[in-house]
Amino acid sequence: MPRYVLRRLGFLLLTLLLTSSIIFAITQVLPGDVARVILGREAGEAALNSLREELGLNDPLPVQYLRWLGNFVQGDWGESFSTRTEVRPLVQQRLGNSLMLAAVTLGIAVPVGIALGVIAGLNENKWVDSVVNVSALSVVGLPEFVTGILLIEIFAFRLGIFPANSSIRPGTSFVEALPMLILPALTASLVLLGYISRMTRVGVIGEISKPYVRTARLKGLSRWSVTYRHVLRNALMPTITVIAISFGWLISGLIVVENVYNYPGLGRLMLFAIDRRDLPLLQAVAMLAVLAFAFANLAADLFYAYLNPKIRLQ
Amino acid sequence: MTKESTTAGVTPARGWRPFTVLTRLFGRPASAAGTSIVLIFLLMALIGPLIAPYGVNEQIPSETRQAPSPDHWFGTDHLGRDVFSRVLFGARDILLLAGLGTFLAVLAGTAIGLLSGYRGGTFDEALMRVFDSLLAIPALLLALLLLGVVGPARNALLIVIVFVYTPIVARVARSVVLSVKSKGFVQAARMRGESETWIIFREILPSAFPTLTVEGALRFSYAIFLIAALGFLGIGVQPPNPNWGLMVAEAREHVFQTPWALWMPALAISVLVIGVNLMADGLRRVLRVPGA
Amino acid sequence: MIPALSVEDLTVKYRNGPGPVTAVREVSLEIQPGEVHGLVGESGSGKTTLALAVMRHLPEQAVITSGSIRVDGQELIGLSPERLRPIWGSQIAMVPQDPLSALNPTLRIGKQLSERFEALSRSDARDKAIELLEMVQIADPARVARSYPHQISGGMQQRVMIAMALSAEPKLLILDEPTTGLDSTTEAVVLDLIRELMRARQTATLYVSHSLGVIAQFADRLTVLYASELVEHGSKMDLFENPLHPYTCGLLDSVPRLGENKREIQLRSIEGRIPSLEDLPSACVFAPRCPVVIDICQETRPALEGAGATRQVRCYRWEETRAGEIDPRQPPAPPPLERPTIAETALQIENLEVRYDQPRSLAEWLRRSPRQSVRAVDNVRLTIRKGETLGLVGESGSGKTSLAQAVVGLVDSARGRVELFGAELPTQIKHRDRETLSRLQMVMQNPDEALNPYLTVGQSLSRPLALLRGIHSEEEVRRLLEGVRLPPEYADRYPAQLSAGEKQRVAIARAFAAMPGLVLLDEPVSSLDVSVQASILNLLNRLQTEHGTSLLFISHDISVVGYLSETVGVLYLGQLMELAPSENLFDPPYHPYTEALLSAIPLLDPKATQERVRLRGGIPSSLEPPSGCPFHTRCPRFIGDICIEQTPPWQEDKTGKRIFCHIPVSDLRREQGQVFAMRKRE
Repeated sequence: MPRYVLRRLGFLLLTLLLTSSIIFAITQVLPGDVARVILGREAGEAALNSLREELGLNDPLPVQYLRWLGNFVQGDWGESFSTRTEVRPLVQQRLGNSLMLAAVTLGIAVPVGIALGVIAGLNENKWVDSVVNVSALSVVGLPEFVTGILLIEIFAFRLGIFPANSSIRPGTSFVEALPMLILPALTASLVLLGYISRMTRVGVIGEISKPYVRTARLKGLSRWSVTYRHVLRNALMPTITVIAISFGWLISGLIVVENVYNYPGLGRLMLFAIDRRDLPLLQAVAMLAVLAFAFANLAADLFYAYLNPKIRLQ
Repeated sequence: MTKESTTAGVTPARGWRPFTVLTRLFGRPASAAGTSIVLIFLLMALIGPLIAPYGVNEQIPSETRQAPSPDHWFGTDHLGRDVFSRVLFGARDILLLAGLGTFLAVLAGTAIGLLSGYRGGTFDEALMRVFDSLLAIPALLLALLLLGVVGPARNALLIVIVFVYTPIVARVARSVVLSVKSKGFVQAARMRGESETWIIFREILPSAFPTLTVEGALRFSYAIFLIAALGFLGIGVQPPNPNWGLMVAEAREHVFQTPWALWMPALAISVLVIGVNLMADGLRRVLRVPGA
Repeated sequence: MIPALSVEDLTVKYRNGPGPVTAVREVSLEIQPGEVHGLVGESGSGKTTLALAVMRHLPEQAVITSGSIRVDGQELIGLSPERLRPIWGSQIAMVPQDPLSALNPTLRIGKQLSERFEALSRSDARDKAIELLEMVQIADPARVARSYPHQISGGMQQRVMIAMALSAEPKLLILDEPTTGLDSTTEAVVLDLIRELMRARQTATLYVSHSLGVIAQFADRLTVLYASELVEHGSKMDLFENPLHPYTCGLLDSVPRLGENKREIQLRSIEGRIPSLEDLPSACVFAPRCPVVIDICQETRPALEGAGATRQVRCYRWEETRAGEIDPRQPPAPPPLERPTIAETALQIENLEVRYDQPRSLAEWLRRSPRQSVRAVDNVRLTIRKGETLGLVGESGSGKTSLAQAVVGLVDSARGRVELFGAELPTQIKHRDRETLSRLQMVMQNPDEALNPYLTVGQSLSRPLALLRGIHSEEEVRRLLEGVRLPPEYADRYPAQLSAGEKQRVAIARAFAAMPGLVLLDEPVSSLDVSVQASILNLLNRLQTEHGTSLLFISHDISVVGYLSETVGVLYLGQLMELAPSENLFDPPYHPYTEALLSAIPLLDPKATQERVRLRGGIPSSLEPPSGCPFHTRCPRFIGDICIEQTPPWQEDKTGKRIFCHIPVSDLRREQGQVFAMRKRE
């Protein structure tokens, strides 16, 4: 197992290196003239050149990349073009918000998704299964802005239970923010739920037909024993991986949901950065997204390895 | 022990020709519904602009904010544009873009995945690492990143879709190659000295066809979603483009006065995506080896 | 005495798309306590369905439409799952075919063994598990109890399944091909164990198998199923000595007897193919293939008639068979084919070595540790003469597949010199010219993967014709199909429409399309039904005599190899242990490993005697092969340090055998007796 952990860490680092260079390439290399972006269209050649020197833009690309990476790793994420403040605190605060939203979303989607998937899987081909399956397929397809607006319409405007706007102020605690997190979390979890329940269902159906389940039944074990100790124990392993992988999406991919609800998370920060062509901000958010995804993947791999004796006992 | 008895004396089956597949898709309620939806929208895309009662950006000041009526089936929006016509034009817009983008992504991804998987070696390993890294970034984020940086160039959306979806198609194609590579008939081909091109395209690719078709359908659904989401966020498309997502975003401000201007395009997106998903699921169950 | 199992007129149907399909039709049988009842049948016979029905664990689509199943007097049909559960727990138990998939991969063995005893405390459960493991003679039971299924060998897994089944002291034990997935030497040990346990417990047993040899060893009584029907039923002696039903006769005849060779006799195979269940003949289900069929057989279904106190047959002509008036074994097995002797060497292998390097981890790469490699084939020397067959026998890890793949060019890391018809053969395919490629072809093991599912049979065959012989002719494709006894219409069929045996024939036709001088066959008949095996072996024999093709025939089944080959080689851990002319293979002196292999064969003759030579331990890992003689870790005739330290010499015996052993051949000849004494067929 220790060797496995080391190997996975190695892969993680490799992936991060690769992805960071891709991000660097996209954000630094493509847009053209960073100096002009900063100083504006009317800037003179001399001013542009000195800025380029200062920013190190005339150095070869690999050098620029390493410098950028080095700074990033040490916590210097640069200065935002638009706010003229340090990028890091800005991003950190938004990250906190995104984490809160992710937590609530997972809190809804995981239990409900797994429960539905298990119920559907255990009743394959009966009406319960078809209903769950088709619903899941449909729900996954609904774009978040549609479900978001729909939920606002129903729960905020018609019923008045939850606020329509979730723009929380910096420094709001989790508990205080909770009422404003419910609707966006519900919107995001609808998509996740569909995905989780389908994966779980497939897993359960796959395991039920395996010979060892027959062995367990033929030993005269109770239905509960068979289902819980044999089927679910094996069927849920892939689902865990799925949940961990979706973590990356939850941190930085909820752009539309945040937009609909005006929630100050990383997604809206990204939109902000794109709107202003604020490259340091763009880079930081993208890197964070990748980091979240990579670490979540690693956690999933390790957890799966821990659960699966074939890998645990190499 | 392999089954010795099979259905004998059956005429050669056209097991996987498009017509047979279509018939099978209609055999189950869910996939029948999905396929019908897709076909209807395809029809809309094809002839929509021809049958649309009004122009796509035609503003009639005297008829703004009208509820659905025989004159305007989906009503008019705050600028007096006929929502139904705009939805029709939007169908062509989104389907063309999503369709073409997906098609190109599948083409590129398949070619790369097949070659890389067959050759193997360090090149294959390295390429897959790169693709895995790309897959680490959520699609919408990656699209935003690319668009935000490239700016509103023409065909930007198309390029972005291809770029975003090629890696996953390549991975899928590669995994099929890896599983088929060791089968007897591929080794038999190698033993008679077949060229690499022949082996990849005539021996391996047909086996990848069902998986790739299903994957393509799924990517199509994701592409539609992506285009609509980008439109909603106002990235990559500018008004007065009849992008459904954009229409929803525009109508949001006026939702109390002209709710239909929001819900009609929203419904269109939802129904189409659900339809494609159901069809993709049906395809997965229905595509079989010829003769089976 | 109440029978342990009583099945009466059982009919089981499967709900299939167009209409219901009958898998078991009106089958009855009875098993007394202490009796072992063999259930014999090929694919489609219904034996698995019957076993599942008895266990009351049929799949969703299966329905019992009539009949009764009583275990220890209690009727099982119609019981709800709640009522069945205690019965599963205590009355019926099963040992399945594949033990690994029958065990929960994430639960420890000990837990799986003890979980049915829910009332026990933790420590009692642990003790119970160890007790069960000791019962099946597992060494170090505490360690095994703590292990997970994937950490123990196949033989041990099956012992665990046996222990699990017997732990409930069932009235009825069902064994579903329990040794099919195991190596011959492991199989022998497990069969010994089963025999011992059953004798001690007197449990009634239903033994389902397609292997007649195993049944001959175990069963007291037998039921023969064919295409959902019970065709014959009786005591073991009756059925093996005087079979009455033409199918039973055909089945018994299609297995090559040990000591018989193609130069003496051809195998009798049953004409035609097993009917599909959707399309069964309406009257006697065997009529289309029966050598003694008469009109009434095709008009009305024969009834099951008593042919003695405990004997039943479903055939109109059984009395004539018994009286000797007709012989379903007519025509007698055809005489051997004419084969000229050509003194030309087809294939010469010298010092062939195949290594598979293991990938190194980062740590190992940094430390520059030498790469570990598996020596799949180690210094093998072989010669095959033109027009003859060399058979290679080996268990898992023997390297037999790697050897074939190396010769054919699919392995890049092969080293050594191989000569094909006198010319050196390049290691890689890309260095071989078209002429060379057409002279050497191979038939693989798995018929289901042998053909491209998206090409018709005709397309699969025309490709090698075009590529290797420049021929583009439908006529030629038809000729090829004819050569493997398939109707010309098959050219338009897709592989999914063919049975496994037919697919294998097409694969053979494809190999022969190029008119090769040498064809390698890797376990070509292992996954096929017994009756189909015989026809494929005959086919290979005929093709060989017609075209003068040499064959390298690889199998784990010694009796098949002995029949088809002129020379037999025995492989163990990548090295040849013995090379013998087939006529002498079964007589001493033997290499000790060959001796063990021969003693592990389940003999078809219930009256035959057989030596029991059993090997200790399992096959060592190829990553760390034993030094000196690779067999020394398990050799029952181990003579001391010399076996560990020195590579054995090749010794030649006056009968033409070459044995790789330190023990002098004369000593072997003196100490070894005939492993088995068998009577030849009349």
